[in-house]
Amino acid sequence: MTPSTDSLDAIEAIVIGASAGGIEALNHILPALPANFRPAVLVVVHVRSESPSLLPALFSARCQLPVVEPDDKNEIAGGTIYLAPPGYHMLVEPDCTISLSVDPPVRFSRPSVDVLFESAALCFADTLLGVVLSGANDDGARGLVAISRAGGRCWVQDPHTAVANAMPLVHDILTLDVMAARLARMAVGTRREPG
Amino acid sequence: MPHRTLKDTEEAIFDIELKLLLEAVYLKYQHDFRHYSVSSLRRRLTQALHDLGFTTLSQLQERILRDATLFARLFQYLTVQVSEMFRDPPYFRAIREQVVPILQTYPSIKVWVAGCSSGEELWSLAILFAEENIADRTVLYATDINADALRQAESGIYPLDRLASFSQNYLAAGGKRSLSDYYHAAYGAAKFSQTLKSRVVFADHSLATDSVFLEAHLVSCRNVLIYFDRALQDRALGLFSDSLVRRGFLGLGSKESLRFSKHAGSFADFDARERLYQKV
Repeated sequence: MTPSTDSLDAIEAIVIGASAGGIEALNHILPALPANFRPAVLVVVHVRSESPSLLPALFSARCQLPVVEPDDKNEIAGGTIYLAPPGYHMLVEPDCTISLSVDPPVRFSRPSVDVLFESAALCFADTLLGVVLSGANDDGARGLVAISRAGGRCWVQDPHTAVANAMPLVHDILTLDVMAARLARMAVGTRREPG
Repeated sequence: MPHRTLKDTEEAIFDIELKLLLEAVYLKYQHDFRHYSVSSLRRRLTQALHDLGFTTLSQLQERILRDATLFARLFQYLTVQVSEMFRDPPYFRAIREQVVPILQTYPSIKVWVAGCSSGEELWSLAILFAEENIADRTVLYATDINADALRQAESGIYPLDRLASFSQNYLAAGGKRSLSDYYHAAYGAAKFSQTLKSRVVFADHSLATDSVFLEAHLVSCRNVLIYFDRALQDRALGLFSDSLVRRGFLGLGSKESLRFSKHAGSFADFDARERLYQKV
C-alpha cells in the first residue's frame, strides 16, 4: 500500500480536512503550492460559524494560488483553493460544481470533512487525493473510506492518532514537510499523456 | 473539469435509483425534486433509508408508491430546513437601514418570504417591520411546500433553548428592544406574539411547479436555492423577477449568487455583500 509518487500525476482534485487546530498545518502546506499547481484544492476547516471568516484573507496573502470562499454553484477550476464557508457544508455535485448546504452539523461539524470527502469521491473517483491534517475528532475518517473505495489516494498527517487509528485504508502517513514537498511536484506539465 | 462515473459501484446504482425515485414521487405525488442538488439529496436519502428501515431506494420506492403515510415521512427528509431568527444579522441590519427607508415610500407593501420552512426568518421580518412602523401597511406572504413546516411557522412557537442565539442575532441585527418583548415563555417553549402575524398569509407554493401569485416589493429567499440545481434556480429566480415591481428588492442567502443565473441581467446589486439585489 505504498504507491509511488508517480501515481499523483492523475490527481485532478485534492480535498483537505483540518480542525481549528489544523490551521497551522494548512499554513505550512497551502503556501507551498506553486503558482502553476494543476489540481483544484478544496478545504474544510472547523471554525466557529459565528466568527467572521478571516481565513480567505489570511491564506490569500500567503498563497501563490487564488484562494476563494465559494458561492453555491461555483465551478471548480484547477489551481484554485476553495475554502468551505463557515456555517455551510461544502459538497461537490456530479457535474463538478460546488454546492453548499445548511443541513445540520455532521458529528458536531458544519462544515464537515466527511460531507466534502464523500461527495468529492463520487465526482472525482480515482483522480482524488484526500488529506486529513491533525484534528481533534474523527471527522474525515468516513470520508477517507469513501475516497479509498472510489480509487482515490489518502494521506494523513503524522502523527494523527484520531483518524489514522480508525482508518486502515490510509495510503500514506506523512509529515507536513513531506506532504508539502510531494504536493509541490504536482504542477503543470507533470501529467502523463493519456495512452 | 471532466467528470467521472463509477459505473459498477453501489454508489452508481444508488444514483440511478435516486433518479427513479424522484420520478416516481413526481408522478405519484406531484412534488418535483428532480432538479434538487444531487449531493445533498444523496445524504438525506441515505439517512432516510437508514431511519425508515430500507436497504435500497428501489425498495423504498416500491413502498411509497402504495403508502402515502410513508411518503409523508420521506417528504420531511426531502424538505425540512432549520434556520434561525435573524440569521446573518448584517443581512437584517441592511434591510432595516437601507431597504426599509425605500419601502416606506410605498403606500402599501408586499413581502414574499419564499421557502419559509418553519418560519424563523418570517418572524424576524415581522418584528423588524413592526419596529420600523411599517407593519400596518405591509402584507407578508410566507410560502413553502411542506404543510407541517407551514403550520409550525404559523404557530410561532420555538424551543426555548434556541432563544438565546435568536436574541443575540436580533441585537446584532439592530433590534431596538429586547426579543423577549415579543414572546411568552412557557413549558420550555417561546410563543411569539400573535399580533405580529395578523398581516401574514401562509400558503402552499412550490418554486418548482407553481407560478407567480403576487406583485412584491421585497422577496426574501435565503438558503433555499442552494438545494436546487442551476435549472431550478433559474426557474425560481424567474418567478422572483416576474413578481417584483421595478426597483423591488431580492434578498438571498450569504453564499447564494445571481452570477450563474440567466436572470442576472434583470437585477442590479443593491448591497452586494449582503446579497441584496434590486430589480432593474
